[in-house]
Order: sequence, then C-alpha cells, then structure tokens
Amino acid sequence: MTSQNESRVRDICREHGSVPVRLLDIARAVQSEFRGISQQSIDTIADEIRVPRVTVEACVSFYSFLSVERKGDITIRLCDDVPDRLAGYATVRDAFVEALGIPLGGTTPDGRFTLERTACIGLSDQAPAALVNEVPVPDLSSDRAREIVAALKRHGDPRQLVRKLGDGNNAHSRIQSMVHNNLQYPGEILFSPYHRGEAIRKAVAMSPAEVIRAVKTARLRGRGGAGFPTGMKWEFAREVEADRKFVICNADEGEPGTFKDRVLLTERPERVFAGMTIAAYALGASEGVLYLRGEYAYLLPFLEQRLERRRDEGLLGESIAGKQGFDFDIRIQMGAGAYVCGEETALINSLEGNRGDPRDRPPFPASKGFQASPTVVNNVETLCCVTRILEAGPATFCEFGTPQSAGTKLLSVSGDCRLPGIYEVPFGISLREVLELAGGEMAAAVQVGGPSGKLVGPADFDRRICFDDLATGGAIVVFGPERDLLSIVAAYTEFFIEEGCGHCTPCRAGMPAMLDLLARVRDGRGEPVDLDRLRELGDTIRRTSRCGLGQTAPNPILSSLEGLAPEYESRTGDAAAGLTRRFDLDAALVPAQAVPGRAPSHL
Amino acid sequence: MSESFTFYIDGVPVEAQPGMTILEAAQGAGIWIPRLCWHEDLEPFGGCRVCTVKANGRPCSACTQPAEPDSVVENDTPQLREWRRALVELLFAEGNHFCMICEKSGNCELQALAYRLGIAAPRFEHHWKPREVDASHPDVLIDRNRCILCARCVRASRDLDGKTVFGFTGRGPDRRVAVSSAARLADTDLEVTDAAMDVCPVGALVRKREGFSVPIGSRRFDDAPIGSDIEASGAAEPARQEE
Repeated sequence: MTSQNESRVRDICREHGSVPVRLLDIARAVQSEFRGISQQSIDTIADEIRVPRVTVEACVSFYSFLSVERKGDITIRLCDDVPDRLAGYATVRDAFVEALGIPLGGTTPDGRFTLERTACIGLSDQAPAALVNEVPVPDLSSDRAREIVAALKRHGDPRQLVRKLGDGNNAHSRIQSMVHNNLQYPGEILFSPYHRGEAIRKAVAMSPAEVIRAVKTARLRGRGGAGFPTGMKWEFAREVEADRKFVICNADEGEPGTFKDRVLLTERPERVFAGMTIAAYALGASEGVLYLRGEYAYLLPFLEQRLERRRDEGLLGESIAGKQGFDFDIRIQMGAGAYVCGEETALINSLEGNRGDPRDRPPFPASKGFQASPTVVNNVETLCCVTRILEAGPATFCEFGTPQSAGTKLLSVSGDCRLPGIYEVPFGISLREVLELAGGEMAAAVQVGGPSGKLVGPADFDRRICFDDLATGGAIVVFGPERDLLSIVAAYTEFFIEEGCGHCTPCRAGMPAMLDLLARVRDGRGEPVDLDRLRELGDTIRRTSRCGLGQTAPNPILSSLEGLAPEYESRTGDAAAGLTRRFDLDAALVPAQAVPGRAPSHL
Repeated sequence: MSESFTFYIDGVPVEAQPGMTILEAAQGAGIWIPRLCWHEDLEPFGGCRVCTVKANGRPCSACTQPAEPDSVVENDTPQLREWRRALVELLFAEGNHFCMICEKSGNCELQALAYRLGIAAPRFEHHWKPREVDASHPDVLIDRNRCILCARCVRASRDLDGKTVFGFTGRGPDRRVAVSSAARLADTDLEVTDAAMDVCPVGALVRKREGFSVPIGSRRFDDAPIGSDIEASGAAEPARQEE
C-alpha cells in the first residue's frame, strides 16, 4: 500500500471519529474505496482506532461484503437462493462466466470485474437477480447477463444499467431502481393510507405507560418470526433505570425468500420511523438506529431524506411533536452481508463494530444491549404495526387475525406461483388460501417461514398462518411437483452452514454432518438408519445450539423428514427389507494403493 | 453478601449465591457437569455446549446460565449424556485428532471427556481438512489441527495477559484462531510465560522442547477420569452440612 493510501485510510477512520464502535462503517468505506481491505489497511485501521490488529481482522473476515483480497471495481453478486435456482440461475451464471471470462468467485486480470454468488438479496419475486455493486438488477436472463457485461465494459457505471424504473417509490429520485414492489394484496393495516405525524401526536398526548398499554391491548407480537409480545419487551426496557436507552429497528431482513421489509421501507418508511419514535417515547430512549442490511444500500439516500424531512417537521430531534423533554433521533447503520446479524444480539454486536456473533442470553438486550444499555430491537413490520395501533386504536388492529395472533401478516411469496410478491393477509388464513391468492395451487411443497421455518407438503396446506400453528417471519416459497425437494433441502442446509458464526459446536460442526448424511441419502447410498441419525443429530443441534440460527438450522431437514418422509424413504429403501450399505473394498483401497504408486489390484 | 438460595440438580439440593452460574454452583457442591470451553479463571464462553443441562425443562449451557432459586436442573440423564456424546464426537470429526502421536495425550480434556463419555469412535464422517500449523515462534507452537475453538487462549490473552494475541476470524466451519499479526505468531508479543499458554484443553497451543517430559502413564487423566476430582471434593460436602 502506498503511503497515500495509508493516509486516506487514516482519513476514513477519522471521518468516523476513529472509534472502535464505528469499525464496520470504516471497513465498509475502505472496502468501497479500495475494493478490499489489505493487510496493511488492517494494520492502519487497528493503529488508528487503537484496537488489537486481530480485532479488525476478525470483523473484516466475518462479513461477506468485506474482503482482504482486492475485488474488481465492479462486483457482480449473483443471488443463488432457491427461487433464483428455480428461475434459471444456472444459465444466467454461465452467461456471466462466459461473458466475463472468469469463474464464479474470480476477478478479471485487469481488476475491473469480480463475479460472486451470494445468498438471498431480497428479490425472490423477481428472480434471478443480482447486485452490481449496490445496484439491484432483477429479472435476469442469459441475454440480459451478456448485455449487462457489454454495457459495463463500455461505460463502467452500474447505475447506468437501470432502464425501466420500478413501481411506486422505486422510481423516486432518491432510489431510481428497477426493483418492483409486486404488492399483490395490500391489507388494511400496514398499507392503509398514512398521515405523517398522526400516530406520534396521539402517542405524546398519552403517558408512556398508556402507550405500552395500547400496544399490549392490541396483543402485538414481534413480526420477525419469534413472536415475542412487543409491549412486554418495551416494559422490560422501560423498567430498567439507565442514563441511555436505545431503540433499534432490525432491517437486516435476511431469511431466504423474505422481501417484505424491503417493500415497507420503500413504501411506508414513515410508519417505520414513527414506530421507532413511539417506542422511544414509551421506554424513554433518546437514540435510535435502523440497522439496514448491506443488500438494501440502494435505499439509503431515500431513507436519509425521509429522516431529514422528519427532522424538519419536528417529528425527530428535540421536543418531538411539541412534547417538551421528548428528544429522539435516528441514524442508519449499514450491515455488510451476514444473515446471523438478524439475530438481535448479533445485530447489537455488529452495531458496536464487532463480528456479528450472537451473545449469551441472559442478559437480554432489554436490560443490557447496545453499549450495555437497555435496548429494544424490533422488526420493521412490528414497528409499522405500532404506528397503525396508535393511529387507529388497538380495537381496529384486533379486528384482524386470531385471539393469539392479532392483526395482519405480510407475506413474501415466491417460487412456483403465478403472482409472486407481497400479500398482507389476516393472521389465521390457511396456507391453501394463500396459495390460491398467489396462483400456487399446484404446489407439491411450501417452505413456510424460510429455511428456519417449515417445509410442508399438501397434507399441511389447511394449516393456518399464525403464531400457534404455522409461524412465519413472512417467507412463503412455493415448489411445484416437478421439483427435486431434497436438492432444495440441501441448498437451505448449505445456507445455514455458510451463515453460521461458528461460535458453538452443534451448529458449526453438526450442520456439515447433517449435510453429509443428507448427501448419502440423495446419492442413493443411504440406509433407513441414516434417517434416524438425521433426526437424532438434528434434534441435538436444535436443542444445544446457542442462538436462534443454530436452533433452527436443522429445520429444512427435520420438517421435511416429518411432512415429506416419502421423499427420503424412496431413496433409502424399505427398512423392513433390512438393506445394508454397499461397500466396495477395491474402490476403497485405490487411494491407499496410489500412495506407494501401486496399480489398483483386486482382492 | 447477599442471601444464598437452594436449587436442585438431579434432585440434589445445591446452595448458590445470586449471580452464580449453574456450573459454578454445581462445582461447589461436588457435582461435575461435563465441559470443555469453561475455565475457572476465564469469563464463560458458552461455545462447546458440552455443559448443556436442562433448567426447568429448557436446554441451556450451565456455564452461562445463572442458577435460580428453586429451579430444577437435569444434568446426568440419558438424553443429556447422548447430546454431549454427539457434541464431543462432532469435535473429533471436525478436527484432525491423532491421540496416539499427540503430546497432549493423557493431559487432554477432549480425549479424557471422550473416554469418560464412552466414545469408542465418532459416528460422523471425518472431514480431514488440513489446518495450519504455526511454528514461527521460538518457544510456542500452534497446531490448529487439534484446535476445538474453545476460545480459552483468546480469553486468557485478552483478559489475563492484557495482550489480545489471539482472536477468531472467518465464520461457520471456516472459523479459526488467528493471531494478532499479518502472518505469524512470531510477530506477536506472546511470551511463553503468558497465562494464555496454560489454558489450552487440547494440544493446539503447546510449548516447544517440552514434549513428553511427563511420561505417558503419569499424566493427569491416566489414573482418574476427568471430573473425578470435582466429584471427590463433593464427598466431603454432606459431612459439612451435618455440622
């Protein structure tokens, strides 16, 4: 690294106050400017923000969007999530590989292009899709891939790839993106008309305790998937005595097949920010952070503008909505490509500039979270619900849904259906009804709640979407009868292996062992007893893992073993037949015979 | 001192102080909960999960979970023994462990735990992924083939030595112990006298030129299984209570 670069890296650190808590921002900025964070840059950053060198390397090596090696000026990240594979990912990939003349994972010798694969980027309903630097490019085909490479070789500017703008705010001057909302079924709560400031004015007319009571009366439960009662979470944080408290919006939507938060952030960002502000009022917080996944960086200028407008209108800043003493502001923290950061304690670690390894609980964030202060982390959709509850009242909110699951749920539907996109449905709707709405009646299986949820077959289609039955963070991926379900299960299992943090044994070492066993079954080498082994090991991983990722990582295999057992049994033979695995002694000896240079011999 | 309280491990009443973890309280009562990443001088890490118990029916790591008054903890049950066996087998399958030629054999907590849990051979496929060895330091060797990612060296160097020589890089199965220099252990300020040198449960972080200075047969776990020292300390416990 030249000394010029070193001084620039130091400047970047200083622009972020040279404090360890901004390490992720610093690393993102260095990556973006130099296309990589060299060993020398790691030294420089460590020196400048005064942390041990290994702390910087630990962070850089954790996030998919950061790298030590220099990436191309233009990095094309092809999404290889399951919906993309169903929609022709392989031919698009091959077209990129051919047009660029580099393999997947490679960088062109002139340093202009890098081609990579990436996990779900939140565009499952317009797959196959890719990110070209920060520009989302949906609806890819092999022709389009060749066209993109030719254009980029010509002008080198990913933003010039944007042709026809998407619908709604995707066409806004601050977004200018080809992404579509595909809002197929807007409901009465999240997508109802909105008047800026209404909810906040109603909130500040009440006492904080009354606001929490309203949220409790509405029986609001967290929309990220776990379903924890929001009012209770707030109350815990409210009751803790502390100088500083934080409200964090979890916009790290990473569950494969989920893209609902992208649409809320595009079309209803005001409801998200209002929800955060109401939460801040309820628990007495003065600082808020929206943690936005790195894949949604293209929304940042728009969201910043909306925050600025709220400040101008007195809806953020000091004495919000005229309420003396109610001061609160929001900043946006960008993620850098790590699914596990959607777990709230991992998100907090990431916010502090660390690796996104989850923390031990207890202590829970409500008592000891961001910078050891009481912290509430709520999902984007949950916060939109809060705003609506304040606008329309708990009773209106509870007109939808079931007693245990009040309100509506936003579903991201993709895969083998005619109308992929966003559906706001009342809780309690059956999966079959959802499939009918989306034109996916022919489904042979549906992944409900993404890979951390359940893969269910037709026998379960009359089950209901709600917390007590088929709980979901919102992803619904539909698979037609022609799909090889076990290859889908394998893809989801690989996803968890790649995205686990590696802290605990069961997830780190157990999931690869699950994949080994699954591969045996898929190859036709499996015995019936392998299915029992999968169940036992899966149960061990589920029960002994440290965080929600590990506790749900075996779900694709375990839920399909439960609901779609014939898929497995047809490949392992009939247990009653007492089949045993074949063992080819001659083949097994080949590697050992090769060591001393012997020709394969037969025993 | 705050009021002590009682909770139950496999039906045995155990005294605890507020703030104690289940593992610490058990230890004081002479009850051994199998563990690997826990070390008495270090902050709990909750990584190996071998100390998984059920507290009021919910699985949790005993090294991180606070003991609670009147709670009912299961420790030595067939299900928990089975989970622990699986976890230890996974560690063997994940790394490259050759006890017969390892300097740590007989002093190794992983090996001793495998014996105590009755593991003859892991049921999972070995991955045999080659891992880096770093012999650059004049007095210390890192053999990552034997590393179980327990973070003891990481924590000891950071919290006891105040150096942070070690840290974790990568994620998932690619997680590894890295050293705080661009390439080699020799370029860090690790000294052979550091507390970090005394905590490795396996043979991943060893002193050079000391190999087999204690003969096989005279090593820590050669005569008594792992955990028996803790259990032996508990034999005196009921007597004290009777006074």
